[in-house]
Amino acid sequence: MLLDDLPVLPVILPLIAAPVCLLLPNNKLSGSFATVVAWGAFILSVMLLQQIATGGAAEYALGGWASPLGIVYRIDLAGAIVMSLVSLMAAVTLPYAIESIRAEINGYQISAFFAMFLICFAGLMGVVATGDAFNVFVFLEISSLSTYTLVALGAKRDRRALTAAFTYLVLGTIGATFFVIGLGLLYQVTGTLNMLDINEQMQGQDNKVVRAGYAFIVTGIALKLAMFPLHRWLPDAYTYAPSAVTAFLASTSTKVAIYAMLRFLFTVFGFSFGFADVAFTFFLILGLIGMFYASTVAIFREDVKMILAYSSVAQIGYMLLGISFATVDGVGAALVHVVQHAVMKSALFMAVGAVFFAVGSHRLSAYKGLAKKMPITTAAFLIGGLSLIGVPLTGGFISKWVLIQAAFGSVQPVPTLLIVLMIVASSLLAVAYVGRIAWTMLLEDPDNNAPVKAVPLGMTIPMLLMAGLTLYLGIDAGGLIELCRAAAESLLGTGLGFGSAS
Amino acid sequence: MIPFLPADTSPAVILMTLGALMVFFGPRGRGIIGIVAVVLSFLQLLSLGVGPMGDAQIYGVSQVMGYEFAPLRLDKLSVIFATIFHFAALLNVIYGWQHATKIEASTGLIYAGSAIGGALAGDLLTLFIYWEIAALSSVFIVWAGGTHMAFKAGMRYLVIQVISGLALFAGIVLHLNAGGSSEFGAFELFTEAGTNPAAALILLAFAIKACFPLLHTWLQDSYPKASAVGAVMLSAFTTKLAIYALARGFAGTDILIPIGCVMTAFPVFFALIENDLRKVLAYSLNNQLGFMVAAIGIGTELAINGAAAHAFVHITYKALLFMGMGAVLVRVGTAKATELGGLHKSMPLTTIFTIIGALSISAFPLFSGFVAKSMITLAAAEEHMFFAYLALLFASAGVLEHSGIKIPYFAFFAHDRFAPSLRGGAPRPEEAPRPMLIAMGLAAFVCILIGIYPPILYGLLPYETDYHAYTFEHVATQMQLLMFAILAFMLLVRFKLYPAEVRSTNLDVDWFWRVPGYRAVMAAKNGVVAVWHRVWGGIKEGQSALLSGLGVAAGPGGRLSRNWTVGYTALTTAGVLAVVLIAVFAN
Repeated sequence: MLLDDLPVLPVILPLIAAPVCLLLPNNKLSGSFATVVAWGAFILSVMLLQQIATGGAAEYALGGWASPLGIVYRIDLAGAIVMSLVSLMAAVTLPYAIESIRAEINGYQISAFFAMFLICFAGLMGVVATGDAFNVFVFLEISSLSTYTLVALGAKRDRRALTAAFTYLVLGTIGATFFVIGLGLLYQVTGTLNMLDINEQMQGQDNKVVRAGYAFIVTGIALKLAMFPLHRWLPDAYTYAPSAVTAFLASTSTKVAIYAMLRFLFTVFGFSFGFADVAFTFFLILGLIGMFYASTVAIFREDVKMILAYSSVAQIGYMLLGISFATVDGVGAALVHVVQHAVMKSALFMAVGAVFFAVGSHRLSAYKGLAKKMPITTAAFLIGGLSLIGVPLTGGFISKWVLIQAAFGSVQPVPTLLIVLMIVASSLLAVAYVGRIAWTMLLEDPDNNAPVKAVPLGMTIPMLLMAGLTLYLGIDAGGLIELCRAAAESLLGTGLGFGSAS
Repeated sequence: MIPFLPADTSPAVILMTLGALMVFFGPRGRGIIGIVAVVLSFLQLLSLGVGPMGDAQIYGVSQVMGYEFAPLRLDKLSVIFATIFHFAALLNVIYGWQHATKIEASTGLIYAGSAIGGALAGDLLTLFIYWEIAALSSVFIVWAGGTHMAFKAGMRYLVIQVISGLALFAGIVLHLNAGGSSEFGAFELFTEAGTNPAAALILLAFAIKACFPLLHTWLQDSYPKASAVGAVMLSAFTTKLAIYALARGFAGTDILIPIGCVMTAFPVFFALIENDLRKVLAYSLNNQLGFMVAAIGIGTELAINGAAAHAFVHITYKALLFMGMGAVLVRVGTAKATELGGLHKSMPLTTIFTIIGALSISAFPLFSGFVAKSMITLAAAEEHMFFAYLALLFASAGVLEHSGIKIPYFAFFAHDRFAPSLRGGAPRPEEAPRPMLIAMGLAAFVCILIGIYPPILYGLLPYETDYHAYTFEHVATQMQLLMFAILAFMLLVRFKLYPAEVRSTNLDVDWFWRVPGYRAVMAAKNGVVAVWHRVWGGIKEGQSALLSGLGVAAGPGGRLSRNWTVGYTALTTAGVLAVVLIAVFAN
C-alpha cells in the first residue's frame, strides 16, 4: 500500500503538513514538526531512489486517471536523485532553521515561516516528480511564490530583503509567464499536456509554433535557473534572505530548475528536431561567460553572502556547460555537480549563517580573525571553500574532474582543450574569492577581542554534517558518479526519455 | 598474529609509526620504544610468512585508478633483506641508547622502516615511496652530525638522493606508459628495439644509491660526517636497499659484472691513502658493494645467493666496524689515523670487537665474511669469468689491507699516542660505554656464529643450496691469499713503503661536480634568475594593471556589477528570448 504510492508520497507529505504547521504555536514545535516531515520525505525519497535504481522509472496516475487524460507522476533515476537531494537539504536545513530563524525573523511569523518552507519544499519536489508539463508550471509557481515570501521575511534584519523579494517576484513571474506561454503553444499543436504524449504528438511537426514554444520554454526555465545574463534576481535574493532560507534555496531551487530544463530538452523535445542544439550552443557560450563574469564579480564583493551568491551563478555555468555537451558523460557530470554543489554550498551558507548568528553581520570585515573565535565554523567554511575551488579530496574536485573528462569526450565546434582550460582558469578565480575570505578569517587580526555568541548545536551539527559529506563525496564518489551516469543514460538513451535505468 | 594489529600490517609501518612517536620521549623511553618497535615489527614479519622464489606471499593488494598496489610481497629474497635490516635496526637502537640524539633515534627508526618497506614492496610505486622516505629520513641523520661540514654534505647528499628518486619515478612512469606491469619484477635493459629507456632510468636510480663508480661520491662525502651513531645507521640501509632492488630488477644483466669489478677495485686505492678511518670504512663499504653488484651481474642462483648472503653478513660486520670507530670517536673525539694509536691498552673490548669485524670483512675462515664471499668468487669461477675472478681476488686482498689490517692497526696499535706521559698526565681514554659494547658484542657474536655454523645463513638464502664453505680448497685458497696479503703489509710497513698516514684531503671524482660542476650550476642558476626576474616583472606589471582594471569594472559601482533596475533586467530577459527565437527560427 505504502510502497504503491511511493512516487507521490514525498510530494504530498510536506504539502499536507504545511497548513498543519501553520496551526502550531510560534515556538520550536512548528520547526520540529517540519523537521520530522522533512526527514519522513527524505526517507521516502531514498526508498524511491532505491526502487528506481533497481526497478526502473516509477509511474503513478493521480486519482487513478490514466496517462493522457489524468495527471501522471513519472520519476526517472535523475528525478529520484534530485528528489533525494532536495529532501536531504530540507531535512538538514530545517533543524538548522529552528535556531537560526529566531534571531532573524519576527517571533509571530515563525510557524508561518515553517509552513512556507514546507510549501516551497513540496513545490520543488513536485516539479521533479510530475510527468505533466502544466503540472510543472503549477509546482514551479508554488515553490516560487513561497520563496518570494521566504526571502521577504529577511526584512527584519535588512530592509533590502523587500526589494530583493520584489525583484525576484517580477523576474520570476516573467520567467513563469514565458514558460506557460511556451506550454500553451505546445498545447495548441499537440492537444495534450502529458510530457511523453507531447513528445509523441510533436513528431514530424516542425513548425513555427513548436519553435516558438521551444524558445519560450527554454528562456523561461533559464531565468528560473539563473543562467547568465538572467541571473540578476539571484545575488540579492540570496544575500538578504534569512540564512537558513539561503542555505536551502542555494542548494535546491536552481538545481530543480536544472532538472526541469533537462526534462524539457531531452524528454519533451528530444533530439529529433533540427533546432534542438540551439539551447546547447547557448548553454555553452553563456555558461562559459557566466563562469567568468560571476566569479570576477565575486572577487570584488565585500559581503560574504554576496560573494557566495555570485559564486552560485558561476557554478550554474559549470552545470550548463555539462548539459551543453549533450552526451551521457556531460549530463552525468552536470548531475554530479548538481549534487556536489548543493552539498558544499549548503555547508558554506550554513557557516555564513552561523557567523551571522554569532557576530550579526555577513560583511567581509566581520570575518577578521574569525578562525580564533569560531574554529569549528571556520573549518566547515574552509572545507566548503576548498570544494568550491575543486581541491582534491573534496567533492568539488570530483565534479570538475568528471566535467573535464566529459569535455574531452565531447565533439565541439571549438577545441575541447580550450574549454577545459577555461574550466581550470575559472577555478583559479574561485581561488581568488575563496582565498580572500580565508585570508580574512585566518590571517587578519580581529578588530576587537570581545567573545562571540556561542552557536547552538542545532546549527553546528547540520553544518558539520554537510561539510563532512563534502569530504566524503570527495573521497568515495564512485557510487555517485555511477548513479548520475546511469541517470543521464536514462534521460538521453531512449530519445523518448523515461527509459529504464538498468 | 600480534594482538590489536590487522593481519596484513606492514612491518615498515610499525617501525615508522613508533619511530615518529619517539620524539615525545627521553633517551631511555626512546630506547625502550625502539626495542619494542623492532621486536614487534620482526614478529609481524615472521607472522606474515615467506614464500619461495617466484611464489611470493602477497598482502594488501589494492587497485587505485587501474594501478595495482602490492605493499607487501614476501619471498625468500625480500625476507632475507628485511630480516637483516631488522637486525641492523636493533643494533642501531642499542648502540644509540645513550648517544643518539632525538632526531637520530627517531629518523633512524623511520629510515630502517623505509628500507624494510622498500625491500618488501611488491609494486613499483610503493618502492618509489619508500625510496623517497629513505632519502628524506636519512638526510636528517647526516645533518645530525652537527657541524657545518655535515650540513653541507647533507645538502649534497639530499640532492643526489632526490635525483635518484626522480630517475626512479621517471623510469616507472615510462615503464607503465609502455604498458609495463605495476609489479616490481625483472627489467629488460636491452631489448630487440635497443636500450629500454624506462629500464635504463630505473637502473640509474638504483646505481646512484648502490654507489656505482662515478656515482659513488655521496657516500664517502656524507657518512664520515655523520655522528658516531649516525654513521652506523647510515651504513646499513640505503646501499643495501639498492642492492636488493638490483637483485630483483637486474639479476643477470651482464654490464653489472665489469661495473662490479671496477667498484671492488678502485676504492682500495682511496682507502689505502685515506687518513680518516671512518672514511676508509666508507670506501671499504663501496668496495664490498662491488662484490654484490658483480654477483648480481653474474646472475646465477649461486651468485644471487652469494649477493644476498654477502649483503647479510656485510651489514653485520660493517656495522661492527663503524661501531668500533664510532666508540673511538666518542671517547677520543677523532677517528683520524694520524691522531690515534695504542688504544688497545684502555679499550680492550672495543679492540677485540673491531678485530672480529676486521677478520670478518677480510673473510678469514671461521668468520662470517668467508662463508659469503667465497660463494661469489666461486660463482664467477663456475661461469668461467676469469677476469672477474681475478678482479674479485685482487679486491679481497685489498679489503684485507685497508679494512682488515689498517683499521685495527692504526686505531688500536701502531704508536701509542695516549700514554699519560705523552699527554701531560691526562688519563687514557675510557672503554666504550656499555650500550655500545653490548651492540658491538651482539654484532661480533653474529659474525662468529655465522662463520662457525653457516647453515643458519644458508637457510635464509633465496635459492636452495647445498653449498659448503669449508672445503679444503676454499679454505686453502683463502688462507694463501690472506697470508700473502699480510706478508705484503708487513713488508711494506717494514720498509716504510706503506703510504704514510698524513693529514690530507684526497680528491675523488666528486671534485668535478663540486668545483667546476658547482660553477656551472650557479651560472645556469643566475641566468635563469635573471630571465625569471624579467619575465616575472613583466607578468606582475601586466597583472596589476589587469587587476586594477577589473577592480574598477567589477568593484562596487563598477560597470559589471552595477545594480540593474528591474525594468532593465526584464528587458534583458526579453532580449534573450528574442535572440533564442531568432536562433531557433533561423536554424
